[in-house]
Amino acid sequence: MGVEQKLGNMGIATTTLEQAVNWARTNSMWPMLFGLACCAIEMMAAEAANYDMSRFGMELMRASPRQSDLMIVAGRVSRKMAPVLRRLYDQMPDPKWVIAMGDCASTGGIFNNYAVVQGVDEIVPVNVYVAGCPPRPEALVHGILILQEKVRSEHLSQWR
Amino acid sequence: MTETQEINLEELRHLVSERALTGETMLLNMGPQHPSTHGVLRLLLELDGEIVVNCIPDIGYLHTGVEKNMESKIFQKAEPMTDRLDYLNPIGNNLTFCLAVEKLCGIDVPPRAQVLRVMLAELERLSSHLVWLGTSALDLAAMSLFLYTFREREMILDIKELISGSRMMTTYIRPGGLWRDVPVEFEAAVRRYCDVQEARLDEYEALLTNNALFRDRTIGIGVINTQQCYEWGVTGPVIRATGEPFDVRKIQPYSGYEEYDFEIPTEKGGDIFSRYMVRVREMRQSIRIIRQALDKLPFGPVRSNNRKFIPPPRSELGTSMEAVIHHFKLWTEGFHAPAESVYMMNESPRGLLGVYIEGNGGPTGHRIHYHTPSFVNLQILPLLSKGHFVADLVGIIGSIDIILGDCDR
Amino acid sequence: MNEKLLPAVKALSERFAAESHEYAGEVWLTVSPEHIVDACKAARDEFKFNLLTNLSAVDYWPQETPRFHVVYNLFSSTDQVSLGLRVPLDGNAPHLPSLIPVYPGANWWEREGWDMFGIRFDGHPDLRRILMPADWEGHPLRKDYPLGYEEVQFTFNVGDVEIRKPRPRE
Repeated sequence: MGVEQKLGNMGIATTTLEQAVNWARTNSMWPMLFGLACCAIEMMAAEAANYDMSRFGMELMRASPRQSDLMIVAGRVSRKMAPVLRRLYDQMPDPKWVIAMGDCASTGGIFNNYAVVQGVDEIVPVNVYVAGCPPRPEALVHGILILQEKVRSEHLSQWR
Repeated sequence: MTETQEINLEELRHLVSERALTGETMLLNMGPQHPSTHGVLRLLLELDGEIVVNCIPDIGYLHTGVEKNMESKIFQKAEPMTDRLDYLNPIGNNLTFCLAVEKLCGIDVPPRAQVLRVMLAELERLSSHLVWLGTSALDLAAMSLFLYTFREREMILDIKELISGSRMMTTYIRPGGLWRDVPVEFEAAVRRYCDVQEARLDEYEALLTNNALFRDRTIGIGVINTQQCYEWGVTGPVIRATGEPFDVRKIQPYSGYEEYDFEIPTEKGGDIFSRYMVRVREMRQSIRIIRQALDKLPFGPVRSNNRKFIPPPRSELGTSMEAVIHHFKLWTEGFHAPAESVYMMNESPRGLLGVYIEGNGGPTGHRIHYHTPSFVNLQILPLLSKGHFVADLVGIIGSIDIILGDCDR
Repeated sequence: MNEKLLPAVKALSERFAAESHEYAGEVWLTVSPEHIVDACKAARDEFKFNLLTNLSAVDYWPQETPRFHVVYNLFSSTDQVSLGLRVPLDGNAPHLPSLIPVYPGANWWEREGWDMFGIRFDGHPDLRRILMPADWEGHPLRKDYPLGYEEVQFTFNVGDVEIRKPRPRE
């Protein structure tokens, strides 16, 4: 009953700023090209022809953290890698999101020992956890869709 | 946690040349997050303009403590860790571990399991070489090959999923045989894959082998000779590309590799192009081995009948009390290995993969050490890259086919 | 024992007073630390063991003499036989000569031996930590070094573990 009905046949769509920005953020999320271990191979498989992550606006992997919005932590994070990972996260511009891909990145997985960080959430805040060792490409795509849903429902007051 | 360690020139004084200290050459950090280092390898480069004067690899960014962790687990439960060492060759890692445990405890393997092991190891070699081909060509700016090789790799992953339920980390090979027999669809799937792959290999070669750009960037780059390879302990496609037919499958056959008719491809150049040719020709030989294995696949059990080490089959658990006790003891306490040590060699897609296992009379290993090919091959990177451009360094890293999980363990 | 291996084992055990031990078709010679470089040189030059296929160490803590064994495996690509060498080392801070003059490929493996076990290889040109961070304390693969196990959260201890678990500052 609003203005959009009156303007409907004039080729103009109206929406809120919140929705428009969330829509844009959702569909142009650039992941960082950042493979650590086994899960990185499945991440590559998810980008390749069979699973084709570009259907969701996710194919443009950026090698530089300065150009990316999403960090997919694909694999186990060792104690030596942890400060590097945190620095990469700090270098990413806001808004930024993190997916912990695989059991090792989420909880440490089967490597419960001195060398592996027990879950990457000890270092960086994580938005979505993807289970599996390694997760199938479908699982990664599912995790990404969940993240997109989360981003779509963000409110103006929560924007960073 | 935010503090990263800065490069301290004093510590590296003995590694860089005099010119770096006067500021004549430039020190540049490459990695650990770099798209063409195939993982989390960090290189400290000393550059004269664009020429690499010195290259100091810094590894350990994927150190997982696998060897320490395996010492606290019984042999059956330590095996899933071996999958995740070299994550492009999980079946080969399982195979090496199982062969070493079988040698240590004296477990026999039935013939059907032997043939299936060979077949799966060769499939894994193909899948590893496919990932290598795609990613190294991507480093040298041949983008489309990545999409093609991953398309074929999915067929191998589907076969692995068919037999074990997991795409990558199967833990399908167990001490004394296999987890279970392959399903009936297996043979047709492998045959179809072999036919498809053979034709597609020609397509890859049509894209790369006579491509002027590819040849320019690979021929004469990163040369090494046979003598240096032996001195530095480098094996696999790198040594075969120098003309030396060194392959553990031929010189110390395991799992019945001596019964198959296959060649060891060698090339003369010792450069990136020779390594590429060796790997592509190796893939054809792997298909040949798989076909032979499919033709001779015997019927029979896939697990040893030695109840001291191998749990009884599922069907017996409902009827026999002893079987239940055996099953329970083997999966809780594990089997006891003698306090002796064995060393087992295996040909992984990257070269000689050795496992050293020492038992302590109990159900866990006292020390399990993996002698991994990536670690050895990465060691010669300073030797290979000296005097080349930074852009060629990327190709050289790709050509020695390092897997950082394999390297750092 | 493989007959191709016999002359090498005989000569080396006589010359360097090494004990030989055989298990599952593999021969292991126990050599004292001062003889290891000469033994490897003789094996390489006279008996064509041209490839170093393994270099690692074993810790026998709490036993003190010997506390460590350094393990070498040599391979001959001409005769296609392999030979194992073990070097027993006493005490908490052991050292033995580096094998780099004979096999340059031993470089990184010896660095790993220092990093993981704290065994000093005398004459090594670049004995820094290789796998662990440079400021790491202790040598992880020693038996007296804990595994570093983190507790698993259950309903009864979920709060305790949660408090102790490190979190990012943000």
